[in-house]
Amino acid sequence: MDRLLNLLDENARLSTEQLAVMLGKTPDEVENAIAEYEKQGVIRGYKALINWEKVDQNKASALIELRVSPKRDRGFDEIAGRIMQFEEVESVYLMSGGYDLAVKVHGKSMQEIAMFVMRRLSTLDSVLSTATHFILTRYKDGGIILSSEDEKDERRSVLCD
Amino acid sequence: MIDYQSMLNDEVKQLKPSGIRRFFDIANEMDNVISLSIGEPDFSTPWHVRQEGIKSLEDGKTWYSPNRGFMELREEICRWLKRHYRVEYEPKTDVVVTVGGSEAIDLCIRCLVSPGEEVLIPEPSFVCYRPLAEMAEGVPVTIQTRQEDKFRLTAKALREKITPKSKLLILPYPNNPTGAVMRRADLEEIAEVVKEHNLMVLSDEIYSELTYGETRHVSFASIDGMKERTIVVNGFSKAFAMTGWRLGYAVGPKEIIGQMTKLHQYGIMSAPTMAQYAAIEAMKNGDGDIDYMREQYDMRRRLIVDGLNAMGLTCFEPEGAFYVFPCIKSTGLTSQEFCEKLIYAERVAVVPGDAFGECGEGYLRVSYSYSIKHITEALSRIRHFLKTLN
Ligand SMILES: Cc1ncc(COP(=O)(O)O)c(C=O)c1O
Repeated sequence: MDRLLNLLDENARLSTEQLAVMLGKTPDEVENAIAEYEKQGVIRGYKALINWEKVDQNKASALIELRVSPKRDRGFDEIAGRIMQFEEVESVYLMSGGYDLAVKVHGKSMQEIAMFVMRRLSTLDSVLSTATHFILTRYKDGGIILSSEDEKDERRSVLCD
Repeated sequence: MIDYQSMLNDEVKQLKPSGIRRFFDIANEMDNVISLSIGEPDFSTPWHVRQEGIKSLEDGKTWYSPNRGFMELREEICRWLKRHYRVEYEPKTDVVVTVGGSEAIDLCIRCLVSPGEEVLIPEPSFVCYRPLAEMAEGVPVTIQTRQEDKFRLTAKALREKITPKSKLLILPYPNNPTGAVMRRADLEEIAEVVKEHNLMVLSDEIYSELTYGETRHVSFASIDGMKERTIVVNGFSKAFAMTGWRLGYAVGPKEIIGQMTKLHQYGIMSAPTMAQYAAIEAMKNGDGDIDYMREQYDMRRRLIVDGLNAMGLTCFEPEGAFYVFPCIKSTGLTSQEFCEKLIYAERVAVVPGDAFGECGEGYLRVSYSYSIKHITEALSRIRHFLKTLN
């Protein structure tokens, strides 16, 4: 049922009936498949992709590159586990390349994020260095284009021209 | 003052302009119109295909191609047709690459039809066959197809229209606008009549890759004895989302393709070079793209058919192309009235069925070459419209 996941990935608000029709299944089959995916932890949640800049000017976010010293036995898991507890933290990734953890953080202002990095992140034991990059504009996020102009359909009805 | 009317060719003047133009003028002037009227893919051409087009420009390959099209492309077309439909053609002599399937249709009709000969055209169907037949001084003969027959052409309906002047049968399947397809058994019946009456066939298979369900498209040329009587028109527009590249082709008996090439040579010279390089890539490595797009269309198809049926606009299940053809007779409105009211009331644009022939009256052509979000919104507006009708 990969097609089910693809459909939900694009739009989690399609109704069970719509999904069933599109996939040629019964609504019960779809319900069961979704329940199973949730149980297995394949589907971890549903949320709206909101263009916050439109409703709230007091929002800032940043990508923070962290270099950390891994722990014997537990590697990066322990420090990642600590960092992801912070409410300000939206995502944590272990990276290949020049640094170790990429942390996406949001707050009310750049100032607030700067304080968070200074006071909470850089003071953690195994953190060696931080580099904070503020996000200025989000053009596309989670596969969805956020720029205010909707994409225009440039196709024409040649049939009648 | 020049009297331009006296300057113009009579046949051209007599061609009917498309009857739905006025309707589209309305749509174009309104804001916030949501359209289900477009007859081309909403996907962009697959990136690896576009890249080959770009590369050809970067490499400065900006010259004419051979009149018939690049040999490599003709070879790939033959391989592709063999792989997909088990029909075999000779790249050197049996293929001509054209400016869209459209040009191939025009060439074929002009090469086969002499003044006064009859061209059999099943309707509802794409709008170009009749005017092109008229320009060739042929006589278009309509064969009406019916929802009861799943809009397929039956041997019986064909037989009824045959006269000693019958020359060329157009086989427009998978069909725009109905979404009808012809199964092997249907084609075999038609083949009997074709043989019996010594007809030639133009099989417009431009939507051949877009069929849904278990059974794939059967090319008319693959039916016993039909290859020698059939010009198959196909192209890149629909299968590979390449409408703007303007590339198609015809395959058939070398005697006919040879004459079509002669006309093509004088009228067009050669199809676009850049598009041909891209098309070679599409033929070689594009099967996966087609599968992906077909699957997307299929999900939209199920959604829209279910949605329309649920609101009482019954549609026969379309099995090909990307159109649904719901019946609106229950509303008591004509196709034109329905479409006009719908666009004024709810700002949804669909095409009246009679644009594709008289027997399309009482139907709409609804395209699902749109995103699911777009389709869902349009459906809910149509649902609201129907409620206000009562
Ligand atoms: C049935 C049919 N045949 C042929 C064509 C022409 O396609 P092209 O000239 O882009 O290959 C179309 C386009 O809409 C069509 O619907």
